[in-house]
Amino acid sequence: MSSAFPAMKILQPLSTTRSPEKPLFDLLKSPSSFLGSASKLRFNAQKPSPSSSYSSSCHRPSTIVAVSDVVKEKKTLKSNSSLSNLLITKEEGLELYEDMVLGRAFEDMCAQMYYRGKMFGFVHLYNGQEAVSTGFIKLLKQEDYVCSTYRDHVHALSKGVPARAVMSELFGKTTGCCRGQGGSMHMFSKEHNLLGGFAFIGEGIPVATGAAFTSKYRREVLKEAGCDSVTLAFFGDGTCNNGQFFECLNMAALWKLPIVFVVENNLWAIGMSHLRATSDPEIWKKGPAFGMPGVHVDGMDVLKVREVAKEAIARARRGEGPTLVECETYRFRGHSLADPDELRDPAEKARYSARDPITALKKYMIENNLVNEAELKAIERRIDEVIEDAVEFGDKSPLPSRSQLLENVFADPKGFGIGPDGKYRCEDPKFTEGTAHV
Amino acid sequence: MVFHFCITRHELLLFEALREGLEEEMDRDPRVCVMGEDVGHYGGSYKVTKGLAKKYGDLRVLDTPIAENSFTGMAVGAAMTGLRPIVEGMNMGFLLLAFNQISNNCGMLHYTSGGQFKIPIVIRGPGGVGRQLGAEHSQRLESYFQSIPGIQMVACSTPYNAKGLMKAAIRSENPVILFEHVLLYNLKERIPDEEYVLSLEEAEMVRPGEHVTILTYSRMRYHVMQAAKTLVNKGYDPEVIDIRSLKPFDLYTIGNSVKKTHRVLIVEECMRTGGIGASLTAAINENFHDYLDAPVVCLSSQDVPTPYAGTLEEWTVVQPAQIVTAVEQLCR
Repeated sequence: MSSAFPAMKILQPLSTTRSPEKPLFDLLKSPSSFLGSASKLRFNAQKPSPSSSYSSSCHRPSTIVAVSDVVKEKKTLKSNSSLSNLLITKEEGLELYEDMVLGRAFEDMCAQMYYRGKMFGFVHLYNGQEAVSTGFIKLLKQEDYVCSTYRDHVHALSKGVPARAVMSELFGKTTGCCRGQGGSMHMFSKEHNLLGGFAFIGEGIPVATGAAFTSKYRREVLKEAGCDSVTLAFFGDGTCNNGQFFECLNMAALWKLPIVFVVENNLWAIGMSHLRATSDPEIWKKGPAFGMPGVHVDGMDVLKVREVAKEAIARARRGEGPTLVECETYRFRGHSLADPDELRDPAEKARYSARDPITALKKYMIENNLVNEAELKAIERRIDEVIEDAVEFGDKSPLPSRSQLLENVFADPKGFGIGPDGKYRCEDPKFTEGTAHV
Repeated sequence: MVFHFCITRHELLLFEALREGLEEEMDRDPRVCVMGEDVGHYGGSYKVTKGLAKKYGDLRVLDTPIAENSFTGMAVGAAMTGLRPIVEGMNMGFLLLAFNQISNNCGMLHYTSGGQFKIPIVIRGPGGVGRQLGAEHSQRLESYFQSIPGIQMVACSTPYNAKGLMKAAIRSENPVILFEHVLLYNLKERIPDEEYVLSLEEAEMVRPGEHVTILTYSRMRYHVMQAAKTLVNKGYDPEVIDIRSLKPFDLYTIGNSVKKTHRVLIVEECMRTGGIGASLTAAINENFHDYLDAPVVCLSSQDVPTPYAGTLEEWTVVQPAQIVTAVEQLCR
């Protein structure tokens, strides 16, 4: 791996000042192909400039393109919308809509349950960011991996973890996906390949990198030809100033791991504005510094996110390595249910509220005659039932008993050691009762 | 107890024994892999992985960039998804950088996931006080890691137990930290040709005796044995146990000894405050108080950053003469 990646070409200076009327990111226009492949998304006949020529078999241009721009053009170009020119089919549209509504309704119910004293601790809700979770995760196969942060309820739901299992976990019941032992910030599912749920920011990114390493190892060392699992690592803007982020960008690019780094830039890390914490706030630019494409996308638009995700995931599956995708998104609620959320400008909140991803998708589907109101209402009703059922299930489920206390500390409970009587501690009958002395 | 009348043996050094154990396990299970700085092409800074990259390839013996927290976390992720990685800390002290991953993910992930994911990872490397390596390269990380729930810690001290513990750690479904010592890699011993695996949880009886129980591990075992020679000449009969398992303690072997001798001396390299000795003292007092004729005595290193100067460094760690004096006082 010796060829240098080309320096990213910026064709117009980025604005360094920010005012309410100006968008945070200037749209970049690049003549090169989007992520180097999708010809269907190329609109101008320009070829990559000579200075960026290099062996195309190993590398694609690390091009930065504001996909929002690209996708908007595509839509206007083919605005006499026959169904075949739309970005999604009806089935896909309904799936996306249902997933986002599920995420929103679930989180709203969490808030209710929290204030009613059914769940405790730190609960971080995802309202407003649904387009990112749905846009990416709905493209995955069951054997692909997702690695999240403490804001993980909706990632879990999108990946297929039943709402019942997540709600029950939040209630701290034994029927929760982690037997009530993890809680809001530690959602895991072996069945659905959800690798967590992490409380410290950044600590999930190496775990995701490890899952991608396993995928490559299985293919190249264990010779499992069919193994092409991709891993998605989700994290926020605050994490992008953390060492583990950079260390993993390096390793993933170095070894061409099948991973996509998805930045959910909602501009705020609790009360710390992204602009006050970051020397260069444009996170997508940090990708090429490590030798991978960096893409910025409008994270409030599920269709745009999905187009970017398709390419990034396909890239990883083809063995071409990682991509850094920065999704500009926003959380409608505070950082957590304990956050009074007093620092954010109401005008900023209003601006993003107007770009609600669920409303936007609904509008798109109705305007393009993909669905009618009744079908969407039916989905909403069905989701309401799912959520109600999840709450009821959680309510009825039992709390963990004492005997659960010492289980799962070790995969092999011999790890508790040998007691004075010569027997392994775990052989003590009181051990399963949870009253054994360890 | 089974006697093997035809045990054939071969002689090797401790680092070779570690490598032999590692190689046997890598041959046995293709999911076993190694990650760390300079483990591949360089062969490991203490040659434990010498030749392995040539044999198994650059992916199975992975040279990582200098990013302990991230590559340890990467090993955790790989372990969760089906591999069995061995992470080498070039010096155990460097693993301070990886504390986040060792504590939160190695230790806790099996529990917080409700038992869904296991982390069959081995973290190993050289630690302890060497020869004038300076404060930062002379640390005893076992003190810091011991409170992390969900991990096991073992310390090897001979070529025989090094190979056996390496194999056991790799086969374990739990995360295991294997502490090696910078000064012990060139110890020579004849070990069995036949395959063997030791128990991670058991202590090792080094020298049975009647008068006093001396509990130790790693390099201090050798200071203890040196002191034992002097003590024997003076008419004492110390029982020396290498505890090997730093977490959990083998309370059976230790307890049986205490019940016999009624006097306990702990000799360790950790610092006075918060070390393995401190925990062991508490455990013995709690479990075997009735059998003690005297308070447990614990000899530890000074609570001092290990100085560079040779004389000062010598005074920070426990020396055989101090062990002799302590036993004499304990047995008065």
